Amino acid sequence: MAAMHPIISIQGVSKRYATGFEALKTVDLDIAEGEIFALLGPNGAGKTTLISIVCGIVNKSTGTVTVGGHDNVTAYRKARALIGLVPQELTTDMWETVWDTVSYSRGLFGMKPDPAHLEKVLRDLSLWEKRNDKIMTLSGGMKRRVLIAKALSHEPRVLFLDEPTAGVDVELRRDMWEMVRALKASGVTIVLTTHYIEEAEEMADRVGVISKGEIILVEEKAELMRKLGRKELAITLKEPIAAMPEALAGYNLALSPDGTTLTYAYDTQADRTGITRLLRDLDAAGIRLRDLDTRQSTLEDIFVNLVRNGR
Amino acid sequence: MNMRAIYAIYRQEMARTRRTLLQSIVSPVISTALYFVVFGAAIGSRIKEIDGISYGAFIVPGLIMLSLLTQSISNAAFGIYFPKFVGTIYELLAAPISYLEIVVAFVGAAATKATILGLIILATAFLFVPLRIEHPFVMLVFLVLTAVTFSLFGFIIGIWADNFEKLQLVPLLVVTPLTFLGGSFYSIDMLPPFWRTVTLFNPVVYLVSGFRWSFFGQSDVNVVISLGMTFAFLALCLGIVGWIFRTGYRLKN
Repeated sequence: MAAMHPIISIQGVSKRYATGFEALKTVDLDIAEGEIFALLGPNGAGKTTLISIVCGIVNKSTGTVTVGGHDNVTAYRKARALIGLVPQELTTDMWETVWDTVSYSRGLFGMKPDPAHLEKVLRDLSLWEKRNDKIMTLSGGMKRRVLIAKALSHEPRVLFLDEPTAGVDVELRRDMWEMVRALKASGVTIVLTTHYIEEAEEMADRVGVISKGEIILVEEKAELMRKLGRKELAITLKEPIAAMPEALAGYNLALSPDGTTLTYAYDTQADRTGITRLLRDLDAAGIRLRDLDTRQSTLEDIFVNLVRNGR
Repeated sequence: MNMRAIYAIYRQEMARTRRTLLQSIVSPVISTALYFVVFGAAIGSRIKEIDGISYGAFIVPGLIMLSLLTQSISNAAFGIYFPKFVGTIYELLAAPISYLEIVVAFVGAAATKATILGLIILATAFLFVPLRIEHPFVMLVFLVLTAVTFSLFGFIIGIWADNFEKLQLVPLLVVTPLTFLGGSFYSIDMLPPFWRTVTLFNPVVYLVSGFRWSFFGQSDVNVVISLGMTFAFLALCLGIVGWIFRTGYRLKN
């Protein structure tokens, strides 16, 4: 994303809590308007701290944050008005009705009442039927939807979803992905944090990996997977072999315990993958093949490698 | 000013009052009525008049103040403590609103509720004792001013408290004794000189005294001093709230 027009710009932001705990080392990050950005990292990496700083819930120790060009401290009203936040915890006023709580959120952001907009938001989230129910009577998944409805009630241009699908059933997760895509289509920028790789892989345009308070990588998802992706070629043999033939010793091959499958790992970025030569040598060694299968490594494999290596 | 935000918070707080009507309005009214029965009718009938006022009528301003103080404090303290406790404070902190607007909304709602309650108790008092109010306007000024001041005080307690125990601590250990020793049930002239001097350090004396003046045109302390002391306490609370928000104390990490 070369000619990026950032809607959020985070420059030199760090956070040290009063306890001395350094939650964020120096973070620089730009979020492009209209993209879905996934901030990926293990628990405790600093994802929520970073989001909380952008939204104004936590004071940063150093650095600047602008939202839509507005500094989030000196021009906090303009900056915050653009943001909708869906927190990780299910924090809602239990005794309020769904309708009251979304109306409240809209008012809090200084917007004039718009029942038609609220109705649309509630319908999109399948909450319309529940609008007069008290929040305490709703299931966990429904409460999550209420939090999303609250965040969308004031028509934000950037939506932060902090671990949106933590502890959420598969159906709601699918629904939520659908909703996020629809929001993106309507021009809303989405920043989501997650430790589910699957989620980032499914939805994100770009992925940032955060570990121990540092952004260790920001990359377009496709590029990331291409760059760091390794592929494996699984070769199923017609007849099992007891040991690796001498002729194939030069390859980085693994033989399955039952002797029926050879696995060849290769780098898709390399000039030569070595596949042609390998197949020729297999033929020369008299090994007959039943099947070939290649597998692309997932974001999860990449992620685990990154975090394990620290960079 | 984000007036819509102020209104949204105010409305939400008032809705909470409606949901807890029994606890917020009915119970203080009942307990005050009991005071009237016990002190006004049962014991009061055996006590001679104070400054020409029947004892039953004499305690009315003090009783209203007692409820006004405790209710202002507990409403405002709970109003801001609760979002901190359940976590919904995130929305307030992330909204495009200033701290001043947050205070105006929460304190405004708590003071409204306390003032309404004060008026209801006043109406209840009329059922038990013959009453006259010589300076109704001054009475309203004291009512509203006290409600606002002590709602601010409650707001500070609500921010400071990080558990339910602390939330109750100040009202129980400080405010209730000060109110009982603040001349709600007696004229401070009835105290020995030494204790009378000590009493003058109790801010509640000035509230009760000024409020009583608005009813009967006579008081322990000059009404101007009473008003001045109330404003001084208001200014002190405003100063503390200003400091809280400048530093983000107990609100932001």
